Amino acid sequence: MTMNETLQEALGNLDSARGELVLDLSSLRRIDSSELRALKNLTKAAKEKSVKLTLRGVSVEIHKALKLA
Amino acid sequence: MPENVAPPSEERIAYLESLVGQARIAAAVFTQYTQEDVDRIVKAMVLAGLDQAQYLARMAVEETRLGVMEDKAVKNMVATEFVYNYVKDKRTVGVIREFPDSGLVEMAEPIGVIFSITPITNPTSTVLFKCIMAIKTRNAVIFSPHPNAWHCCAEAVRIMYEAAVKHGAPEGVFTCVESPTLEDNAYLMRHKTVALIDATGGRGAVKAAYGSGKPALGVGPGNTPVYLEKTADLDMAVVDIITSKTFDNGTICASEQTVVIDDEIYDQVLRKFAELGAHICNEAETRLLGRTVIDPATGHMQPMAVGQKATDIARMIGLRVKSGTKLLVAPIEGVGREYPLSVEKLFPVLAVCRATSADEALKLCVDVNHAGGLGHTAVIFSHDDEIIRKFGDAINAGRIIVNAPGSIGALGGVYNDLVPTFSFGCGTGGGNSTMDNVNVYHYLNIKRVARRTPAHMWFRIPNQIYFNLNAVENLRQFASRSTMIVTNAALEQMGHVDVVRRSLPPETRVHVLAIPDAEPEVKVVMHGVEALNAYAVDQIVALGGGSVIDAAKIMKLKYDSPDADLDELAAPFLDIRKRVVRFPADASRARLIAISTTSGTGSEVTPFAVLTDKVSGRKVTLADYSLTPDVAIVDPQFVMSMPKGLTADTGIDCLTHALEACVSIHASAFTDANALQAIQMVFKYLPIAYAHPRDEEARSMMHNAACIAALAFANASVGVNHALAHAFGARFGVAHGRANAMMLPHVIAYNASVPSKFMPSPNQRAYVAHKKYAMIADLLGLGGHTIDEKVANLVTVIEQLVDQMAMPRSIADMGISKEEFERAIPDLAKIAFDDPSWRSNPRMPLVSELIDLFWKAYYGRTPAKVVSAPPVEQEVEVLV
Repeated sequence: MTMNETLQEALGNLDSARGELVLDLSSLRRIDSSELRALKNLTKAAKEKSVKLTLRGVSVEIHKALKLA
Repeated sequence: MPENVAPPSEERIAYLESLVGQARIAAAVFTQYTQEDVDRIVKAMVLAGLDQAQYLARMAVEETRLGVMEDKAVKNMVATEFVYNYVKDKRTVGVIREFPDSGLVEMAEPIGVIFSITPITNPTSTVLFKCIMAIKTRNAVIFSPHPNAWHCCAEAVRIMYEAAVKHGAPEGVFTCVESPTLEDNAYLMRHKTVALIDATGGRGAVKAAYGSGKPALGVGPGNTPVYLEKTADLDMAVVDIITSKTFDNGTICASEQTVVIDDEIYDQVLRKFAELGAHICNEAETRLLGRTVIDPATGHMQPMAVGQKATDIARMIGLRVKSGTKLLVAPIEGVGREYPLSVEKLFPVLAVCRATSADEALKLCVDVNHAGGLGHTAVIFSHDDEIIRKFGDAINAGRIIVNAPGSIGALGGVYNDLVPTFSFGCGTGGGNSTMDNVNVYHYLNIKRVARRTPAHMWFRIPNQIYFNLNAVENLRQFASRSTMIVTNAALEQMGHVDVVRRSLPPETRVHVLAIPDAEPEVKVVMHGVEALNAYAVDQIVALGGGSVIDAAKIMKLKYDSPDADLDELAAPFLDIRKRVVRFPADASRARLIAISTTSGTGSEVTPFAVLTDKVSGRKVTLADYSLTPDVAIVDPQFVMSMPKGLTADTGIDCLTHALEACVSIHASAFTDANALQAIQMVFKYLPIAYAHPRDEEARSMMHNAACIAALAFANASVGVNHALAHAFGARFGVAHGRANAMMLPHVIAYNASVPSKFMPSPNQRAYVAHKKYAMIADLLGLGGHTIDEKVANLVTVIEQLVDQMAMPRSIADMGISKEEFERAIPDLAKIAFDDPSWRSNPRMPLVSELIDLFWKAYYGRTPAKVVSAPPVEQEVEVLV
């Protein structure tokens, strides 16, 4: 499953997330533009649905990209 | 512009936001890329640009109706191939430069989203150039091309974008605003996501960029003066000027505008222009040109002429020229509004002006430079290096092109080694933030990683030190034709001078200068210098206490360097290595041998000398290693008859030197070794020397201790105790050692507590003053379980030592009234704070703290007892 597919699936599962959704990004070496956009959308949707989105295993490089996006 | 421009419609804002959003994501993603990633992408883009150079040039000419297709193709190739050649090996990711010697490392941080305005004159080449720079530096760009060059620019962006993304660049890294308007530009310039505006174009765009409040690279118009000097290679110059001024029909803003020609060659040059296809205008034609191609209302060039061929311009204004005419050359008499053609003309019309001298030529070029060309480009053709230098000095231009075409020369990389660019920074003269040829480094934030570097340290002492009884006999080995013994009358009467005289080589002519037994004044020093000159001395023997030796040091300074300004040399400094005023380095005319007759100041080995300014009541401290005597003689025979009071005062002075050197921020293992040894010797021998003045061993050991302590403070300096004592001693006429004694217990307690302000010091890894005092207490076997107890014990034994020698324990004990002291306090605090002594104190004193210390010294301390406890086993800790 690609990162984009994972994020799409997570977006679909927000309603059943019971208040918290954890994404493990430890296998992600570099995030691309479409993945970053999808992650931003997921973050926004999670906030709207009061779901706490937790990212695990985020590298420093991806963390910085997330801060800038 | 942005303030006065209405916001775009909501629909338009949504569109612009989508561009910004894409660029923001792309810039964020781009931060993860490596140098290898961007270099690979850049190469692919360059190849794509080269491949499409002619296509884009043709498109640009067709759309803009400006310039020459062939020239635009060359510009597109310069913008890709030449720029690539410059950037390909440049590091723009991660560590970009390292400076091992200084511990500095430069690292690249991308800027993020750049909003870029591109011009109509060089449309596609500017886009290609900026795309390559952006990718090389991991930035995203939103382009807003000139509306009349939009299609060709958008196509250039597309070609670059597709090549970049195909080779891994983030999606959205380049976007191009469709049908951009002033409203769009104003909105984007102020957008919080846009980190930098890069505006290449006309005055309006550049002004708007800088007016937006955002960091901006705005580079605008010029007005290039050319000096064609009589030593130039005229054939080369004329060809270069025609090449440059007709290149792309003169659209490059660095192209030649007014050529100032030396009278001697003027006619010849014009003939050469004519021979090579230029039309030389007569007076009427020049007037016609001036009122048609220049707008009389604004004084600026008419847009209809920009980028047009010379023949087309001639046809437009009804000027008859031969077919194939490349350039219209218009002779003018001067520069300014009455000479309309002296301004920037981005088309093949060239003004020429005759100059009757080099000075006149330079002045005319300066006038052109100031007529809209400040900071931009200037050209000189000459083989006279001095004229070229004068031209460079007179003209304010980021690019001063020598013996080469202005436009192509300024682009860089073709005729010279300037950095290839399509964006000419014009510095503050042109209202720009840079004067450089804009390049990749302007598209980067350069971070500097600065590692802590320990300051260099030193241990500088006299070449030779002779000590113990009869050490004075070593004088015999120093050959001298003429020696001056500087001393005081009392020492002469005591027979000390005779001892020295007998010890000198028999062939030496000996002169004696007896000076007052007081801290030296300027007039005493100058009198001494006269005597040194009168006897042409080659050796000075300073025999005395600190005052005499200090006087001799300053005499030698003025003897070696008569122009030395003592007031200037006494200027304050924070770090002796970085002081503003340097001591003169003239050759030494005389050896300085110092023989101390007191056991305290240690002046025989130090680089300090104190002058008293009788007018202000202030002591002026000179400090420089050039003041250090060449030879020191530490012979106890000269101190055997010291009176008890002097023994006490100088002994405490010695102890203060050692204690302050030990806790100084400049303390080192070298200075500690001396300071700690001196402290032990003082506590063992000072009470004996005081109680039994004829005890030879005690006198000898105290004399050595004073010198050893001085070796420490000559290199580690002293501290706040001396700053306080200098101020107090000078104001109330108290001997230096006694003044030190008043302050010492309070300063130790002060330095041993947690500072309100730490003293910056790269060589100190931690605050250790309290630990060092405790270490000294251990060394003296004072006992105590904790650092606080040990410090308290040290203070107590110092007070006991002071008591043993019947010294006062407070300023009040000295008979100074509280009212008098209170009146003096503001001056004392100011003078103490100005004193350089505290600069090496471990704790940075506040003025309020200095006042507090003065008051503590005034009232004194309640006598305490040593906390008796056996010394504890300690792990050895190196505290320097």
